[in-house]
Amino acid sequence: MGFDASYTGQKFKSVGTRPLRPDGVDKVTGRARYGADFNMPGQLVGRILRSPHAHAKIKKIDTSKAEKLKGVKAVITAADLPDLTDGDAGMYDVLDNCMARKKALYDGHAVAAVAAIDAPTARAALKLIKVDYEVLPHVTDVDEAVKPGGPLLHKTVFTGGVDPKPKKPSNVANRSQYGHGDVEAGFKAADVIIERTYRTEQTHQGYIEPHACVASVNSDGTGELWVCTQGHFVYRQHCAQLLGMDVSKLRVTSSEIGGGFGGKTHVWAEPVALALSRKAGRPVKLVMTRDEVFRASGPTSATSIDIRIGARKDGTITAAEATLRYSCGPYAGMWAELGAMTSFACYDLKNVKSVGYEVLVNRPKVAAYRAPSAPMAAFAVESAIDELAHKIGMDAVKFRIKNAAKEGTKSSYGPVYGPIGIGPTLEAAQKHPHMKAPLGKNQGRGMACGFWFNFGGQTCTDLNIGVDGTVNLAVGTVDVGGSRASLSLVAAEELGIAYEQVKAVVADTATLGYNDMTDGSRGTFSSSMATIFAARNAIKVMRERAAKMWDISVDDVVWEDGHAKAKGKKHGNLAPLSVKEIAAAAPNTGGPIAGHNEIVADGAGVSFATHICDVEVDPQTGSTRVVRYTVVQDAGKAVHPTYVEGQYQGGAAQGIGWALNEEYIYGKDGRLQNAGFLDYRIPVCSDLPMIDTQILEIPNPNHPYGVRGVGETSIVPPLAAIANAVSNAVAVRMTHIPMSPPRILAALEAEKA
Amino acid sequence: MHYARPSSMKEAAGLLAKAKGQAFVLAGGTDLLVRMKGGFIEPQLIVDIKSVKGAGDIKKTAKGFSIGAAVPCAALGENAALKKAWPGVVEAANLIGSKQVQSRCTIAGNLCNASPAADSVPALVAAGAKAVIAGPKKKRTVSIDKVTTGPGKTSLGKGEIIESILLDKPAARSGDAYLRFIPRSEMDIAVVSAGVNLTLDAKGVVKKARVALGAVAPTALLVSKAAKAIIGTKLDEKAMEKLAAACTAACRPIDDKRGTVEFRKKVAGVLATRAARIAYVRAGGK
Amino acid sequence: MSGVAVTTTINGDEVEFICQPDETLLDVLRDRLGLTGSKEGCGTGDCGACSVIIDDRLVCSCLVLGAEAAGRKIETIEGMANGDKLHVLQTKFIEHAALQCGVCTPGFLIAAKDLLAKNPNPTEEEIRFGLAGNLCRCTGYDKIVRAVQDAARVMKGA
Repeated sequence: MGFDASYTGQKFKSVGTRPLRPDGVDKVTGRARYGADFNMPGQLVGRILRSPHAHAKIKKIDTSKAEKLKGVKAVITAADLPDLTDGDAGMYDVLDNCMARKKALYDGHAVAAVAAIDAPTARAALKLIKVDYEVLPHVTDVDEAVKPGGPLLHKTVFTGGVDPKPKKPSNVANRSQYGHGDVEAGFKAADVIIERTYRTEQTHQGYIEPHACVASVNSDGTGELWVCTQGHFVYRQHCAQLLGMDVSKLRVTSSEIGGGFGGKTHVWAEPVALALSRKAGRPVKLVMTRDEVFRASGPTSATSIDIRIGARKDGTITAAEATLRYSCGPYAGMWAELGAMTSFACYDLKNVKSVGYEVLVNRPKVAAYRAPSAPMAAFAVESAIDELAHKIGMDAVKFRIKNAAKEGTKSSYGPVYGPIGIGPTLEAAQKHPHMKAPLGKNQGRGMACGFWFNFGGQTCTDLNIGVDGTVNLAVGTVDVGGSRASLSLVAAEELGIAYEQVKAVVADTATLGYNDMTDGSRGTFSSSMATIFAARNAIKVMRERAAKMWDISVDDVVWEDGHAKAKGKKHGNLAPLSVKEIAAAAPNTGGPIAGHNEIVADGAGVSFATHICDVEVDPQTGSTRVVRYTVVQDAGKAVHPTYVEGQYQGGAAQGIGWALNEEYIYGKDGRLQNAGFLDYRIPVCSDLPMIDTQILEIPNPNHPYGVRGVGETSIVPPLAAIANAVSNAVAVRMTHIPMSPPRILAALEAEKA
Repeated sequence: MHYARPSSMKEAAGLLAKAKGQAFVLAGGTDLLVRMKGGFIEPQLIVDIKSVKGAGDIKKTAKGFSIGAAVPCAALGENAALKKAWPGVVEAANLIGSKQVQSRCTIAGNLCNASPAADSVPALVAAGAKAVIAGPKKKRTVSIDKVTTGPGKTSLGKGEIIESILLDKPAARSGDAYLRFIPRSEMDIAVVSAGVNLTLDAKGVVKKARVALGAVAPTALLVSKAAKAIIGTKLDEKAMEKLAAACTAACRPIDDKRGTVEFRKKVAGVLATRAARIAYVRAGGK
Repeated sequence: MSGVAVTTTINGDEVEFICQPDETLLDVLRDRLGLTGSKEGCGTGDCGACSVIIDDRLVCSCLVLGAEAAGRKIETIEGMANGDKLHVLQTKFIEHAALQCGVCTPGFLIAAKDLLAKNPNPTEEEIRFGLAGNLCRCTGYDKIVRAVQDAARVMKGA
C-alpha cells in the first residue's frame, strides 16, 4: 500500500515532546543486556590468535598441540572457513579480514581461533598454536604508501578509475573524481588563493562496549547469534553467506548496543565464533578485549589532503580544488570517494574539483565512523576557507554565508539541493550570544560548517494492537540513541493515542523482515516513515472494524484524535470508538489488528551544521582546553528534542577528542603502540565544558513530518572549528590533526624561529 | 598461581624469599593486575599486604610521618596533618589515575613499579623521603632515590619488601609542590613532571632547594644545578630562567607515544619554574 | 582444587564463591554471580565501566582480585535501587537523558553515588574531575553533569 511521503506541515501533539525513554529503567539498574551479558548453557570461551606482524606470509599453522590440550573443544584456521563468496570481492575481503587466508596484513590480523571450557585454557591453547610467518616489509603511513618502489600490499591491485589502466600494481586501489566547471579558469580569476596540505591521523569510534557475541550452530544447519551490532540483518546475511547457511535458519538477535558509531556495522569476530561453534558442537562466547578492539576492528582513515581555494576580493569563491588521500587498511573501500563527495558540499561553486585516492596500508580494515570521511575533508576545507576569509579581510561567517549552498544549488557531488539548512545555521550562529562573548587571555574563537548525507534504505515495521488497546511496535533498526522513544512518539502521533500506550522493541531477524543497519543517520528517519505507514495501515483496519461494529459503510468512518468517528448527519448518534474499544471487539470483527510496512525509505534529506568553539591555549606548553562550544544544526523535525540534543553533543565531543588528542600511533615495526584507553585519549568529563545546542527545523519535504537524520553531521565541523580556534588563539595556522600539545608547541617554536 | 594474605611484614618477606618462580607484592594492584592481564608477568605467588598490621596506617611522630606500604593515595589526601606538612607529596600522590585508582594505588607501589613517569617519585625525591625495607632477616632504611634503578627495576633483593615511606617533619619556612604535564585534564601518565621543595630564610630568600624531574630519564632526576640556580634568590626572573635552563639541560628524555624529546625538555623547565613559585608561596614567600 | 574460597557481602547479602586466584572481582561478579550490571570496557582501569564500591571506597573491579573480596562490603549497581524505588541519581539520569547507549551508566551511577556521599554540594568542576575516571563516548558528559547536579540538589533537600 503506497502512502504519500511528502511533508504535511501538520501540528503535532506527541512528536516534539520530551517523554522518558522506555529502556531507561533497565539501563540505570544494570538489567539491560549487552553483547557480553548473555550466556547459553554449555557455552565455551572463544579466543582469537592474532598476527604480531604488520605484513607477513603465513607459511604454515600447526594447531596440533593446541588441539590436544585438555579442555580445548575446537581450533580453527582459515581452512575451516572455505571460500563461499562466489566472486564477490567485497565479501572475500570480509572473509579474509575475519581470518587471514594467505597473508597477515596488519598487526592484530586474526590467524587462528580456539574454543575451550574456560578462559585460562583458551589462553593457554593460543600459546600452543605455532604459526610460521615469513615477515615482509610493511607500510603504515598514507603518504609513504603512495610512493612508488615501496612495499606493496597486493601485487594484484591496479588503481581503478584511471584510464588507461596502470601497468604497474600499486597501493592506490582507486581514484574517484567529483565536481563541475573549470577550476583552472576559476583560479585565474581569483585575487587571492590559499594552497595548503593537511594531515589527519587515524582514529577509532571508541565505543565503550567491546565487540561480543554468543554463537550457537547446530548440526542441522540452524544457528543462533546474540550480538551487539548496528545491523543484525546485515550480520545475518554476511554470516550465513560466509558459513554456507540458509539466511532464514540463522536467527540473529541484537543485544542492547554499547555504542557503535559505524564500527559495529561490519562483522569482525562473529563468523569466527559461528565457525568455532559449528566445529565444537557447542555454543561459543567470543568477547574482544579492548586491545583487540583497537588493533582488529575498524578505525577511520588517516588522510593527507591538498586544498587550493581561490576567491575574488569581494569574497566570491571562484575555484575550489581538493586532492584527498585516504588510507583504507588492507582492503579497498569507498572512503576516499566519500571524502571527495563531501569536501565542498556546503558551498555554491561554479568551478569545483575533488579527486580521491583510496590508499592501502598495513593497518586494520577501515570501517565507518559517524559521517565517515567527512570530518577530515571538512577540516581541510574549512581551515582553508577561514584562512582565505582572513586574507581577504572578511568575517569568517559572512564569507561562508556569501558562498553557502541553497535550494537550487548544484552540489559539488552532483545532485541539486532542495531546501537545506546551511544558510540558516550560519545565520543562527552569527546571531548566537556565543559569537559576542568576550575572549580571555590566550583564548581564541573558531567556527566551521559541516555536511552529511542521510540514507533511507530497506525498512520494515510491525505494529500490533493488543486486546487492551495498547500498541506493540516492532522495528528492525537497532536503537543506538533513543530511537525507541522517538518511534513510540511517531506511532502515538499517527494513532492519536498517548505515548505511554506504545511499547517499541527491536525485533530479531526471524520475526521481522529485512532492515538495513542503523547507519547513515537513517534510524529515526526510515523507521519513523515505516512506522507512520504501518500506523496508517492499522488505522485503515480499525476503520473497517468500526464500520462493521456500526454496520455502516467504511467510507463514512474517519479517524480523528485516536478514535473512529462516524461522519455525516445520518450517523449523528454513534459515539466515537476508541482504539481500546475496537481492540476489545477484535475477536468478533476479524481477529487481531495489525499494520505492517515494508519500504525502501527514499528522499532522505541532507543535514548541515555550524559549530562555534572557544579554546584556551597555554603558549608555554601547548596545552589546550575547550572553554565554550555551541552546535547549531538542522534536524528537519526533532521528534524527541532531548535525544536530538544528545546526538549533537555526542558528535561534538567525539570531534573534540579527534581534534586535540586521539590518534593511532604506530612504531617503525608496524605495530600499534597505543591499543588502550590510557594512551588512546578520548575526552574525559573534565576535558569538556557544557555543550550548547540549537536545533533548527527546516522540514525535509520528502518525509511526512519533515524529519532529517541527525546522528552524524555533528562530528563533521569540530575538527575545523577547533583548528580555527587554536590557530586564532596562537596566531599560527595548524594543519595536522590531532593538535596535541607537542604539535602546538612545535608550531609555536617554529614560528618564533 | 597462589594468593597469600600474611599478617606481618616478616611473614610477607619470608614468603617472597622462599618463592619459586615469579612472586609479587599486591597492595593496590593498579599496576600489578594490568601487567598480569597484559601477559607481561606470570606470577606464581601474589602476597597481599593489606592485612599486614600497620601497613595501612599513616603515623605522625615528632620526627615526621611514616606512611605504611598499603596506604591508598586517597587516604593521603584525607590526612590533614600530612597535607599541611607536605602538600607537594600529597598532590603528587593524588594525581595518580582516577578516583577509582586513588582508592587503591599506593606510593610504595608507585615507587616499586619504577616507571620513569611515576607521579609520586619526583615529589618524594624532592622531599628527601626515605624507604624502610623489610627483609626476612633484617630491615634497612634508604634514601628514596636509591630504590628505583631503571625502568621497571628496583634495588630490592629477593625477599625484600617496602614496609613504609618516611617523611621528615618539614623545616620552618618550607614548602613543596608538584606539577605534571598531561595532554588531557586527568587520567594520563605524566609526559614530564617536576617536584620542588624549598626552605626560605627569614627574609624570604631561598636557602635550601631540591628540584626533581620525572619522565625525562630512566629514573627521577634530582637536578642540583637547578637547585643552585635559585638558592640565594627570591625567584627573580633571571633565577627562574637559569632554573629552567638547568632543567632543560639535565633532561635525558626519549621520543615516545606520549611526547617528544624537544617537548619534554622545554616543558620540564616550564613546570619546574611554576612548581618553584607554588612551593615558594607555600613556604611563606611573597 | 586450585580455587580460593571467599565469603563476602554484596549489596547487603552474604555471598560465598570459589574463584581462581588470578580472577578479578569483575570476572567473579559477571561470570560466577550473574551480576552483569558492572561492565568490562577495557580491563585496565581506564574507563570506569566496572566501578563498584568496596568498604565505602570507589574502585575499578577489574583491578581487584576476587580473592581480595573476602570479608569486605561490596556495593554494585544491582544494589543501588531500594526494592522498587530507584535512587535519586537513577531517576535523574533518566529524566535528564544522561544516557544514550547506557553501557557506561552503571559505572557513572556508582561513581556519582560515591561522589555525592563524600561531597554533597559539589561544584561543576568538582563533579567533572570526580567523574573523570568514567568514560562516556555517547553523551559528551553535558547531560550527565546536569543529572548529578540535579540529584545533589534533591538529596540535600533543597
